[in-house]
Amino acid sequence: MMKVFLLYPDRDFDPSAPLPPNAEDLTQDLFLNILLEAMAQGDRFLFQVTRQAMLSPLDEVASILYRQAILKDCLKHPDIVRRIYRIPLEFLERKRRQWLWVSPRHSPPTSVLASARELLEASLDLLRQLRLIADQNVNTFESQGFRRFFTMIQRELDDEYLTRIEQHIQQLRFPQGVLLSAQLGKGNEGSNYVLCYPNDADRNWLQLLFAPRSPSYSYTLHPRDEAGARVLGELRDRGLARAANAVAQAAEHIESFFHVLQRELAFYIGCLNLYEQLMALGEPIAFPQPLPATERQFSCTALYDVTLTLTLGTPVVGNDVSADGKSLIIITGPNRGGKTVFLRSVGLAQLMMQCGMFVPARSFRANLAMGLFTHFRREEDKTMARGKFEEELERMSKIVDCLTPNALLLLNESFAATNEREGSEIARQIVSTLLEKGMKICYVTHLYEFARSFSGNNVLFLRAERLPDGRRTFRLKEARPLETSYGVDLYHKIFGAEKQENMTQ
Amino acid sequence: MVSILNGKNGLLGETTSQPDFFRDLNLDQVIGAITRPKQEYNLQPFFWIPLRDAETVRYRQEVFQDLENQPVMEYIKEFAEGMSVTRRYLAMIEKLDFDYHKKGWFLEAALVYCDAVMTLARHLDGLPLSSRGLSAFREYLMHYVQLSAYRSLATEGQQVKNALTEVKYCVVIKNGKFKVKRYESEVDYSLELEKTFKKFKQSDAQDYLARLPERTGMSHIEAKILEFVARLYPEPFAALTRFCTEHHRFLDEVIQAFDREIQFYVAYLEFITDLKRQGLPFCYPKVSATSKAVYVRDGFDLALAHAWRYEKKAIVLNDFSLEGPERILVVTGPNQGGKTTFARMFGQLHYLASLGCPVPGREASLFLADHIFTHFERIEDIQSLRGKLEDDLIRIRDALMHATADSIFILNEIFSSTTVQDALFLSKKIMARLMDLDAVAVWVTFLDELASLSEKTVSMVALIDPDDPTRRTFKIVHKPADGLAYALSLARKHGLTCEQLQERIP
Repeated sequence: MMKVFLLYPDRDFDPSAPLPPNAEDLTQDLFLNILLEAMAQGDRFLFQVTRQAMLSPLDEVASILYRQAILKDCLKHPDIVRRIYRIPLEFLERKRRQWLWVSPRHSPPTSVLASARELLEASLDLLRQLRLIADQNVNTFESQGFRRFFTMIQRELDDEYLTRIEQHIQQLRFPQGVLLSAQLGKGNEGSNYVLCYPNDADRNWLQLLFAPRSPSYSYTLHPRDEAGARVLGELRDRGLARAANAVAQAAEHIESFFHVLQRELAFYIGCLNLYEQLMALGEPIAFPQPLPATERQFSCTALYDVTLTLTLGTPVVGNDVSADGKSLIIITGPNRGGKTVFLRSVGLAQLMMQCGMFVPARSFRANLAMGLFTHFRREEDKTMARGKFEEELERMSKIVDCLTPNALLLLNESFAATNEREGSEIARQIVSTLLEKGMKICYVTHLYEFARSFSGNNVLFLRAERLPDGRRTFRLKEARPLETSYGVDLYHKIFGAEKQENMTQ
Repeated sequence: MVSILNGKNGLLGETTSQPDFFRDLNLDQVIGAITRPKQEYNLQPFFWIPLRDAETVRYRQEVFQDLENQPVMEYIKEFAEGMSVTRRYLAMIEKLDFDYHKKGWFLEAALVYCDAVMTLARHLDGLPLSSRGLSAFREYLMHYVQLSAYRSLATEGQQVKNALTEVKYCVVIKNGKFKVKRYESEVDYSLELEKTFKKFKQSDAQDYLARLPERTGMSHIEAKILEFVARLYPEPFAALTRFCTEHHRFLDEVIQAFDREIQFYVAYLEFITDLKRQGLPFCYPKVSATSKAVYVRDGFDLALAHAWRYEKKAIVLNDFSLEGPERILVVTGPNQGGKTTFARMFGQLHYLASLGCPVPGREASLFLADHIFTHFERIEDIQSLRGKLEDDLIRIRDALMHATADSIFILNEIFSSTTVQDALFLSKKIMARLMDLDAVAVWVTFLDELASLSEKTVSMVALIDPDDPTRRTFKIVHKPADGLAYALSLARKHGLTCEQLQERIP
């Protein structure tokens, strides 16, 4: 079977599989589109495929490693991979240029057959090219995925098979007329018309000359018998229907093979694009170590927010965190101290790891998350009728609808829309219950009451760093929350100057 | 063999119009819906003739009960399908042009008929049937399939068909020319193509298989091909010609009549199947042409149930009974409380029972009336030259003139266009006449007084929900009329009853 299987060892990638219900929230909260645009480089198809892959996380360590190995091959042989990718593109280009498409099913079988035959003809040399690349590289690539792919191409598209396709393309022009077998159906009406291969198609003229002749009756239509010609055309169509179906499906299958190839490679092309940009910026990448979902592992060095790097066009500060064995990470500290950026880098790294990509860090390992959920405070509140707090609760309730054990939740300033006491109590009840239910949670918060109510081995406190002179390093340190927040700083920075101005006036 | 619809006298004469009370009781909708899927049988007239004879009602109830046995129903339906196909083929032959084509379809019709008859006979044989009607028909059928006329039709037909089916030929088409020859083991090319290209299959490909419409009828080209085929294989065609001459008219009249009449039962049962699936009860009522002690448990309006079949709204079930001297159900209560529906249900149940049909209810004992008189307000009547009140009175007078002690009256809000004083006076007068007549009646009214006029009246009230008087219960129960109940509930809802006001005002 002509299976590409470059994204899964045993199945096709489903480009239209439903995305998790929170796909929109993830995209918005993690600035996912910035990452996807860097991978797509303006190519809409690449954008869609990488988006689909990233939002359909793998939930097994083995399948992540399968993709990682293929991606490593891609990083090693980018030119060959891009050459393979051009084959399906060339097919689509020819299709467009030569106006080739299989006539829709309601067209007469004769025209379905003719159009499908032309499409087959156009794909023949591309299949040969693919064979050649497979022959040349089957031994230089190391990943199981590419080796299987190349071997499959060699086996399925051997010389004999390619020749057979060529012969069919010739015979489907019916040089000896269309031969149909038929039987008498109800009311003696001809039925069960079946296209047959002429017994004498492969005989030469000498064999034909001496072949015994069976009795037959012929009839030639009057040149003006248009009704008769139409009926004859219909009979021909009746006989060709199944053959047309077979050839059209073959053309469609070859086309869909090219589509699948394009789609599955597109993901790796997107990774290549991103890789090249990060290398140019001098940022590190690492192939992460995925661990089973039931464990609680999280360790990274120089984990950075790739969207920030891409936006600024310069390397950014990364964080070293070791939170192995922790189920809850509470992040506190001054505003604009890098808390949200860190939270986002955690989410992005988790998503990238779980679709088989490298991650933006010097090193990274984490347990798999059975679902990633973000609950970020929304600045814009479109719903005037409802209170902000109620809106937050409602969103949380929707998340709870989707939760399964070992999910990862990223909470950013959640439940801050009410007073601290109420917010803390709500947050405490929700978070402690979710922990009991086996979730893993990263929570950026100013709710001191809430933070204080947690302690123990499974909790890690991180705090955004502030230097004695008040400047921020955008680095997180392991530290319990400070009771005063740093909002005052900001206030003075922004309003302070203005105030003095007013006073002098 | 007598009719499956009437064990005694054979089928009654058919009438051409529906009874005049059909529209008031919404029976026109019900019967329309029942017969619509079966138009080829023209079943409506069967539903327009009620029976007064309890014995014949039971004869039909037995047939219904046999058909409620799923296998029996399936066999009958299968048979009906075969008969329908036979008729269609025979009708089609009239329109065909070419001889072997006509003969081919005649053979098909005969084969389908033989098969339908034999299959039914085989199925009914040994099946436990308790109805007199179906047992008698089975007996007829068993005898029929033993007749030599039937047997030669069936065997010869099959032989001719087999010979024709074995004919296999080839047509070679090229540029406005064709050639017909015998088939010589040429291989199927489509299969070969399918096999070659199978490996590219990624997922199910779109279906390009043209669904060329199955045509009946034959063009001169196909006729020419058939002519060539007949020349290549002459024997089977000669046998076909002999068959057609020997079995010119093969349909049996008794079987044809049964095929139509049994659809009366099939149509009704199919109609109530969906409603039963929704949990609505149906039962076979006890019927009597003499006893006016009637009762129904969990009855409902069949037209309403049909109209609501796709909606989530639950159909409310209601009971009623008349015992001893009781003859008249007087229904009072709030508007839109289900009173009219109740009155219709009463009429429908009695009429459907008189057709021998299972009725909408869990348990029932019903009276076979000689006629049902209805008086519902009609929009168009208001336009008539006579005043509404006068019109009401004339219609009632006419009805009373034709009515007997065995008639049923269903009166819905009559005299609603006049003063209470007048209405009460007139109602009492009419009521007295009905009592004298000893007719059975349902009387929907806003006049509480009518509910307790004598031992012949039974008071029925449309219930209200005390917690939410604006919600309709559609429940009609046997209790004294109380016109104030609705108003009091509304007051309570808004905290305005005496006790509530006592508490609220310090």
